[in-house]
Amino acid sequence: MKNTFLQKFYYGDIPEEKGAASQHTSTPDTTQWPLWEVFIRSKNGLDHKHAGSLHAADAPMAIENARDVYTRRMEGVSIWVVESKYITASNPEEAGELYEPAMDKIYRHPTFYQLPDEVNHM
Amino acid sequence: MKALIDYTLHLADNTLILAQRNAEWCGHGPVLEQDIAITNITLDLVGQSRSFYQYAALLLNNGSTEDSLAYLRTEREYKNCLLMELPRGDWAQTILRQFFNSAYQYYLYQYLQQYNDRQLSAIAEKSIKEVSYHLRWSSEWVIRLGDGTEESNERMVQALQTLWPYTGEMFIPAPYETELGIDLAALQVSWQLKIKAVLEEATLDVPEKIFMQQGGKTGIHSEHLGFLLTDLQYMQRTYPGCEW
Repeated sequence: MKNTFLQKFYYGDIPEEKGAASQHTSTPDTTQWPLWEVFIRSKNGLDHKHAGSLHAADAPMAIENARDVYTRRMEGVSIWVVESKYITASNPEEAGELYEPAMDKIYRHPTFYQLPDEVNHM
Repeated sequence: MKALIDYTLHLADNTLILAQRNAEWCGHGPVLEQDIAITNITLDLVGQSRSFYQYAALLLNNGSTEDSLAYLRTEREYKNCLLMELPRGDWAQTILRQFFNSAYQYYLYQYLQQYNDRQLSAIAEKSIKEVSYHLRWSSEWVIRLGDGTEESNERMVQALQTLWPYTGEMFIPAPYETELGIDLAALQVSWQLKIKAVLEEATLDVPEKIFMQQGGKTGIHSEHLGFLLTDLQYMQRTYPGCEW
């Protein structure tokens, strides 16, 4: 039986045969470097945020390319890179069943409680 | 004082001329990411040259500015090593020259940080971090190309043959370096060890001791510099005093 929730759906314009699951069976494309996703932490204590993507031959080159392309204007103090083919994304066609059920459940937001005045920053 | 001015101009010219050569890749890099990488390095080098030219102008104290020193001197007044003015060649040649230069700057700037001229040591201290990155980046590319495909290896071998005769000049002291007591012999030992380690990892043969070209440091240049300066100085020569 086909499990629609675990079906691989690749980020960006990556052909399916390039995905991680089939990486050993596909013929490597010798004219293009793989695509990498770049995540930048703008300062210590904050999360890494997706900054964009780039091409690189391997992880060290991806880090250096990310440094040169995405941190030229002091955007970051830490870089993560991951090959795009390893990202599994949810299927936009399933948006209805995945996200819409939450829309009419406003009680999941903690807005129905009276907060004492002493509690700040909620 | 003359020696210090000449030496400062030599350091300034080295960085400016190499920057001008690397800048030729702007918009023409092999891939977008490397186009940006080499351009970033170029801008770092221009920044260093500005610091050196500003200091030289201060020492000259004759109305010279960083701009007049960079844009309005004649060929024989430039004191850069011949290595910097050679054509950019292919990507392999550009990478290898950057690597030779970054390794040289890496040890030179460490040395200058201890040198008894406060301005030069301050510029060296400010620049050493970016130079460390240039060295890392160019080393990895030398290894990648040397130990890459048959064609990339062939191109690195070719680049090595072309550039090697120009590497000796960095360590042959010009009169101003002798007068200032710059210890080029010690720098040469560190430089050679670094070059040897990276070339071996890149599966490239370290060239034999051969005749080394020289002259640039004292203003005797190859035919390439004139063409480069024509490009570099065009705007200031055509529209004197032009600003934006």
